[in-house]
Amino acid sequence: MIKLEPRGERSKRMAYLSPVLAAVLTMLTGVILFTLLGVDPWEALVTILYVPISDTYGIAELCVKATPILLCAIGLSVVFKAQIWNIGAEGQLLIGGLFGSYMALQLIDVESAWVLPTVLVFGALGGLVWAGIAALLKVQFNTNEILTTIMMNYIALNILLWAVHGPLKDPDGYNFPESAMFSDSSLLPLLIEDTRIHFGLALALLAVVAIWVLMSRSFYGFQIKVMGLDASAARLSGFKEKRLAYFALMLSGALAGLAGVSEVTGPIGQLIPNISPGYGYAAIIVAFLGRLHPVGILLASLLMALLYMGGEMAQISLGLPLALTGLFQGMLLFYLLACDVLISFRVRWISRQPTTAPIQPTTNTQG
Amino acid sequence: MDIDLISNILYAMVRTGTPLLIVALGELICEKSGVLNLGQEGMMLMGAVVGFVVALLSGSLLLGFMLAIVAGMLMSIIFAVITMELSANQVATGLALTIFGTGLSAFVGADFVGKPIDGLDPIFIPVLTDLPIIGRMLFGQDLIVYLSFVLFGGVYWFIKYSRPGLILKAVGENPHSANAIGLPVLKTRYLAIIFGGAMAGLAGSYLSLAYTPLWAENMSAGRGWIALALVVFASWKAERVLLGAWLFGLASILHLVFQGLGFSVSPNLLAILPYLATVVVLVILSSNQSRSRLVAPMSLGKPFYAKS
Repeated sequence: MIKLEPRGERSKRMAYLSPVLAAVLTMLTGVILFTLLGVDPWEALVTILYVPISDTYGIAELCVKATPILLCAIGLSVVFKAQIWNIGAEGQLLIGGLFGSYMALQLIDVESAWVLPTVLVFGALGGLVWAGIAALLKVQFNTNEILTTIMMNYIALNILLWAVHGPLKDPDGYNFPESAMFSDSSLLPLLIEDTRIHFGLALALLAVVAIWVLMSRSFYGFQIKVMGLDASAARLSGFKEKRLAYFALMLSGALAGLAGVSEVTGPIGQLIPNISPGYGYAAIIVAFLGRLHPVGILLASLLMALLYMGGEMAQISLGLPLALTGLFQGMLLFYLLACDVLISFRVRWISRQPTTAPIQPTTNTQG
Repeated sequence: MDIDLISNILYAMVRTGTPLLIVALGELICEKSGVLNLGQEGMMLMGAVVGFVVALLSGSLLLGFMLAIVAGMLMSIIFAVITMELSANQVATGLALTIFGTGLSAFVGADFVGKPIDGLDPIFIPVLTDLPIIGRMLFGQDLIVYLSFVLFGGVYWFIKYSRPGLILKAVGENPHSANAIGLPVLKTRYLAIIFGGAMAGLAGSYLSLAYTPLWAENMSAGRGWIALALVVFASWKAERVLLGAWLFGLASILHLVFQGLGFSVSPNLLAILPYLATVVVLVILSSNQSRSRLVAPMSLGKPFYAKS
């Protein structure tokens, strides 16, 4: 029989190996699933994982898709480090897109280099305010942030739908629920000609570097990490717990808001009802898969973007449902959580009698 | 407002509150054992899709409901194994269950979106249905609504008066003491989690087979999450779960009330109400810290390691 034996300390190697193992297990499950569905599994895997990025256009699209996921996930890495469960990146992204669109439509006739920065800042501000509400409720009223941020995702979606069906609807748009196309002065410039890679990718990469510096080189980042590991130690050290909670939540909200406004001013170019196919939720998986580390998150967001493109490709060429993406995302997170057991435990095969060694709980730093 | 309108509003309130009530009763039992399962939404969606597909293919609503319950139970077993055998974080695992359930249900149901099905018919209880105001609300509903009354009574009695209910509470308050006096902590938690899964599956299939007899992606629209808030709102008491579920049902059908009164408000803005109400209620209830600590099961969300 199999027995789990505590390692006594967290295995660093396993912490990095576990996401890889999870990805492999997800792929294997995919193979079984495709076989059951009567699809050639090899062809399916190639279609999902290779075909979308087999040419330069595909690689460029991968970067376009990864941009909002990366922005959301890098922000989430900060709050998750603080052990604050912001599940609201999706709502913060939507509000960011909405705020940015509002500003872009207000300034639609203005031609100035200041228009785009104003729009972007306004979008980020939208996400910041949206997360700030959850922070306020958590800090002042002790309200569980998981539930408030989830509820605010639904509220954000409905506000966006209201706006796009109502006040922000294009008056000359034949009654379609879409805003007018933004003017050139509020559109993100392309980063690389002849692709759709826009300036948002540069912002995202900048954010990754900034967060890396914040978390590993600054005292503020150190305080956030301590607060997440041991709240009472942080309190005893005189860290301003409330201020840190505000900071972490609002920072992640602002980055998610930036993701939203980059979508509407980047690849989309107007406000539409569905500006995100769940990027904010995918970012949660990315943050965990990337071990809350900037480099890991960068890689994981590319993988997640590939899953989105692969799902579309599988729908087009294999006739599989688009929901394949969501299914794989869910499996990936499940396998990751299951594989993470290997960080604090090692697997032992026990052939004959049961061991007499008592199983002691390891010091569980992850709470 | 005339009597007919009030009667109809009360009827719709109970009907709309029923899926919330069922899933929240399941989560209540689960949380009483000290386990926080955030996967309600995912389990509901699986129940909804499995119930719908089975009922459509077999032509039997009963089979649909039954297999939806099984689907919810299977989902909850995944959660139970990962959190208890592999000691993963309950919050993260519950979240994963919701993301997985959302994806899997959309995948399974992709070919069934928009297909029509004959939903569950109401059963009018003679004479009682004709009572003024409350007749339709309590005695003119469908079978699952009546079942939800029974489930409520059962859960209420179980927690308050039964011996296994006492064990459940002991495990949720202090699993180490419970373990020390020989109570089966893990078994109790397994059963509580699986009961939660069964209820979520049933609640989901109520949506797809009775409430709006059709399947649509994400059709539970956050009800699983609202149910989690409901349990907090109810201070972990069954009778308040019932009250809360119906109140939230009322918040969800306010557009009917507004129509009845002759107002016109954007449907998207009215759709915000139940979510907004959830936030407001959570804020009011959790602002008193010492009180919320007293009413929640002591070990809620904390892992338990059996020492052999």
